Amino acid sequence: MSRAEARALAARYAAAFEEAGAMPLDCAILQSAGTLLDLYGEDIRARAYVTQDPALGERMLRPDFTVPVVQMHMENGAEPARYTYHGEVFRRQEDRPERASEYLQVGYEVFDRADPEAADAEVFALFSDVLAPEGLRAATGDIGILTAAVQALDTSERRRAALLRHIWRPRRFKALIDRFSGRTPVPPTRAALLAAADPMAAAGPLIGLRDADEIRARIAALREDAAEPPLSAGQVALIDAVLRVSETCPFALERLRDISMDLPGMDAAVDRFARRCDRLEARGIDVAALDFEASYGRTSMEYYDGFVFGFYAEARPDLPAVATGGRYDALTARLGDGASIPAVGGVIRPDVLLAVREGAA
Amino acid sequence: MSVKLGVPSKGRLMEKTFDWFGARGVSLSRTGSDREYAGRVDGVEGVSLVLLSAGEIPRELAAGRIHLGVTGTDLVQEKLVQWDQKVEPLAELGFGHADLIVAVPMAWVDVDTLDDLDAAAAAFRARHGHRLRIATKYHRLVRDYLRMGGVADYQLVDSQGATEGTVKNLTAEAIADITSTGETLRANHLKVLDEPPVLRSQATLYRARGAARDEATRAALSALVARLGL
Repeated sequence: MSRAEARALAARYAAAFEEAGAMPLDCAILQSAGTLLDLYGEDIRARAYVTQDPALGERMLRPDFTVPVVQMHMENGAEPARYTYHGEVFRRQEDRPERASEYLQVGYEVFDRADPEAADAEVFALFSDVLAPEGLRAATGDIGILTAAVQALDTSERRRAALLRHIWRPRRFKALIDRFSGRTPVPPTRAALLAAADPMAAAGPLIGLRDADEIRARIAALREDAAEPPLSAGQVALIDAVLRVSETCPFALERLRDISMDLPGMDAAVDRFARRCDRLEARGIDVAALDFEASYGRTSMEYYDGFVFGFYAEARPDLPAVATGGRYDALTARLGDGASIPAVGGVIRPDVLLAVREGAA
Repeated sequence: MSVKLGVPSKGRLMEKTFDWFGARGVSLSRTGSDREYAGRVDGVEGVSLVLLSAGEIPRELAAGRIHLGVTGTDLVQEKLVQWDQKVEPLAELGFGHADLIVAVPMAWVDVDTLDDLDAAAAAFRARHGHRLRIATKYHRLVRDYLRMGGVADYQLVDSQGATEGTVKNLTAEAIADITSTGETLRANHLKVLDEPPVLRSQATLYRARGAARDEATRAALSALVARLGL
């Protein structure tokens, strides 16, 4: 596979996206490292290249286009807006040096308040259409379903917030569920702290920025939490049931409807899923054959908070997805300085597609 | 061409390494003046001594410029991506023991586990407007450890020395550093988290997997390894 081939393919998809109504955008390669670190946390350093600018401080070679595209839109975008872009992104591959550290992405993003589920369907149908000749398998999911299930749990606001903070870290999420439900014992250090009449008595000299009020506030929170009844086995089972949903869309919808009888707070999210299915059908997608997994996109797509999708070559499990995308409303709020707008989009990797074609030839 | 053996160029680490080889019939010594980093090997043929800073030995091994090298587990695993494909540990030498640990102020009576650290980091960020800072020079190892532990809302700040002082100096809220006895930590009002350490380190003899070997080097290498009883 040559770079020229990948570039030509990228230009072709970009043209198709322009044809679909998108305005072409160009983004800087060097991005503010601070913005990306605040969004993704320290982990991004293991996945992106950081460099030093004498005047601007730490800069990062763009690991994706989403953040700069959202920033450009929030600064001076008209509404509604559709954008396309194509160019290199850069990823450090510490654990898998055989994977590309520099590759092309072609993207399509929709910023539109009118009908979010219609926008989801528009993006998915467009990708499905341009990728139709490649014989790929589509997977879909919806992070909003899990979020809604957590928000509907019968437990304290603090526990719900802790779970929501770790939605994208399945191991940690499970550890929290186990602790809140009393399945893992209270660590001895915590038990001792809760039993102490005045835990701060033997604290010794306080150094650093984190002050006594903050420590007291956390101890108070821990005491409140210890007084809380454990998350019931029934509620845990409902979360597990949501996470296990993996069927074609109509069956998944039926399953989620059942679960939401016991978690009524989920209704609105399940309604959105149903509406999306209708909109997809209206766009000519065979929803009855489309896979839906409630836990899809949970580990790799941290800024997606609603609909998520990917296109894969089933015969090439060694390759990453040819295309991925999803909804990222919360990201626009975090970058928008008070403003926010519903947004959904996706990217195609021409290099992966060429590798798939080569393997099939 | 001879077998190049890289050894720390000064201090206790050098002395203990000399002792360890000496006890196995291979005598290492420095030659020339105290300031000149030259050395000799007696008791086995075709081996030359290269005196290097312990921190440079992982890089020299990975590049194949030395065949064998003595350095800490911590330095190899921090500095070499996919270290086990580049070097092979031949022997743990039984000295230079140290744990890479995460420590927080002793006054944080509410923080003893990674779970606590994560909760404290979330509240700290909400209150102070920036992520909780952890000072260290072991960026990769600590980042992996915290990711596995599910800690978010922290940032690593680089500290190449006197790391224990960073909390008092308000340039970090917590630290991750090598400690052997914990005395320096206590003197600086810090405590180690009640968790397995990031890494248990000790001085280790490594073989470079990628170093060039001709017939003579190959023979000298096996003679040395046999002499050392490995």
